[in-house]
Amino acid sequence: MRKGLTLLLVALLAVTLTVAGCSSNTPAPAGEEKLKVGFIYIGPVGDAGWTYAHDQGRQYLEKELDVETIIQESVPEDQQSEKVMKDMIDQGAKVIFATSYGYMDHVVNVAKEYPDIIFLHCSGDKIGDNYANYFGSIEEPRYLSGIVAGLKTQNDTIGYVAAFDYPEVIRGINAFTLGVRSVNPDAVVKVKWTNTWFDPAKEKAAAVALLDEGVDIIAQHQDTAGPQVAAEERGVWSVGYNTDMSKMAPKSYMTAPLWNWGMYYVKTVKEIQEGTWKPEAYWGTLKDGFVDLAPLTDIAPAEAQAAVDKVQDQMKAGTFDVFAGPIKDQNGKEMVPAGSTVSIGDQLGMKWFVEGVEGKIGQ
Amino acid sequence: MQIRLVKKADIGTRRQTLIFLAAIFLALFTTGLFILFLGLNPIRVYISMINGAFGSAYRLEQTFVNAIPLIITSLGIAIAFRMKFWNIGAEGQIIMGAFFASYVALNHSDLSRPVLLSIMFLAGFIGGAIWGFIPAFFKAKWGTNETIITLMMNYVALKWIIYLQFGPWKDPSALGFPKIPNFAENAILPKLFGLHIGWIIALILVVLVYIFMNRSKKGFEIAVIGESINTARYAGINIFRTIILAMVLSGGICGIVGMIQTSGVNLTLSKEITGGVGYTAIITAWLGALKPHWIVLVSVLFAALIQGSSYIQSAFGLSAASAQLFQAIILFFVLGSEFFARYKVIFDWKSLSKAKEDRE
Repeated sequence: MRKGLTLLLVALLAVTLTVAGCSSNTPAPAGEEKLKVGFIYIGPVGDAGWTYAHDQGRQYLEKELDVETIIQESVPEDQQSEKVMKDMIDQGAKVIFATSYGYMDHVVNVAKEYPDIIFLHCSGDKIGDNYANYFGSIEEPRYLSGIVAGLKTQNDTIGYVAAFDYPEVIRGINAFTLGVRSVNPDAVVKVKWTNTWFDPAKEKAAAVALLDEGVDIIAQHQDTAGPQVAAEERGVWSVGYNTDMSKMAPKSYMTAPLWNWGMYYVKTVKEIQEGTWKPEAYWGTLKDGFVDLAPLTDIAPAEAQAAVDKVQDQMKAGTFDVFAGPIKDQNGKEMVPAGSTVSIGDQLGMKWFVEGVEGKIGQ
Repeated sequence: MQIRLVKKADIGTRRQTLIFLAAIFLALFTTGLFILFLGLNPIRVYISMINGAFGSAYRLEQTFVNAIPLIITSLGIAIAFRMKFWNIGAEGQIIMGAFFASYVALNHSDLSRPVLLSIMFLAGFIGGAIWGFIPAFFKAKWGTNETIITLMMNYVALKWIIYLQFGPWKDPSALGFPKIPNFAENAILPKLFGLHIGWIIALILVVLVYIFMNRSKKGFEIAVIGESINTARYAGINIFRTIILAMVLSGGICGIVGMIQTSGVNLTLSKEITGGVGYTAIITAWLGALKPHWIVLVSVLFAALIQGSSYIQSAFGLSAASAQLFQAIILFFVLGSEFFARYKVIFDWKSLSKAKEDRE
């Protein structure tokens, strides 16, 4: 009874193979000469957050330079990402941007297998002949956003919804807290881990839990605007991340630390096109315009703009160091003596909280 | 009006083929509307989907890499389904197989490669078999609902791996990034013709499962229990033991998938290890009519669908969601056609006019 069906399926398979065989010989559609650049995203592009910000950068790249870009959304940070990179190379990509920390080792593996392809990995620290990394001091705008939060809070408790206890996230919490306490030495920052980058519901739930503990501002290090929504619903205030989140939380959103990925993508791809690219660890700053603080909204306190501007000018002049001592850790132990600072290397491995943070690392 | 469903006794090959063709056509038509809506040319998208799945040696290889776990898992599921034991727990059985194999790989990498891989293979089978044994025991002993228990055990297994990945097995050298350390070189499946040897394991299992189900006494007994438990009882079949055996095999075979995916594809254990194969394989097992040889064919076609939609996603800049939507529409129609092949829908106009009369 099923024989007919099987025959049919076999025929279908045969036809598809033939068609595939033919079509693979036909040249690719117009624009084959264009440099093809692949982007690997950790989540869906969506309408706000980390991946959205990278995608804005990609669109900027397409606008500025004569290149073709391909993307793949929601790529897990495991072996699967190597397959996606190889798929892209199979489709003609010559440059690949991998935009999440967990792709690091996989980028190195594939890079070694394909020496002619250039790989750029966001937020890692590996570097080789045909692969390099890029990131920047988001701590500067985080510190500035901390100033805004520190001035706004009424009960001196601020909540921080955070993804994973990596050094990257810990660094951000510390910078934010230092900013808060620079204007409000009594304030504390309570941290909740979500163990996810992209899960709006879970991130919102973590914010709700913090709000139940009595915080009146929600800051965050996630890829979505979930925490903002929680603050909005409770009628309290929030600091976003990655993109302007005023649309998601018009009555709560004050500002956000921002990345300007497009600037780096254009610079790098241009160098690759011109043949001047060299593997380097790119570290962008506020001064370069690679990171920035989103314009303050009306919800931010009136005196915040002046306070932010003062520090921001110093940062741009290169005279302000977020991690300049003296800094004590959570338990009051002095970690950075006065007159000293935390080197970039130590920042990349930071595994301790500054004084004023309530939360645990390594849960 | 009344709508009644009547089970068809048997329908001819011609009709079945027609229904199937109609399903494919409708699926392509509906997907085509959606593609048009996205502002793309459906024909071009379809051709590049096929091209993406079979168009080069690399793509063909990727299609087969996707097909291997589907084939083996479907085989495992088919054994249980033949007995009408609804094993929805392949996902969990794969995970536990992967966990057992990974335990061996991470702790005994000093063994020689053939020995280590053999022990991992065995461990994978045992891990899956234990996860299959538990619901079988409950069912055979107390008549519990296997669908619910196997389904729930998937989550137990998944949460266990997440616990390991974020806790005791976390790679200390990864700076807090929650990943389990990669396997050592000798815990990784060797390749043959550019493809990890999971494909050979799959082919051997196809033959073995075929023989078991069609030529062995136990395989026959499993089918009898599936047809009627009372007949089986009359025939003197030991129902308790047969249910346990079938599920140990079913779970064990799924557990092998866990070993193959960790050792051949993922090179370590992670919470994404299954990639949803445990659920997809339910569909492929069913579409393959629980017959090993058809399962191979259906699985390869399905793997091509997955690989092809991943290809068009980057080729046309589609979102991950729309690629999944294509798959879902195609599945919806193909599975729906199965329904129309098995049941007849009768629109009972008489009762409609009768109801009208009653009202009047």
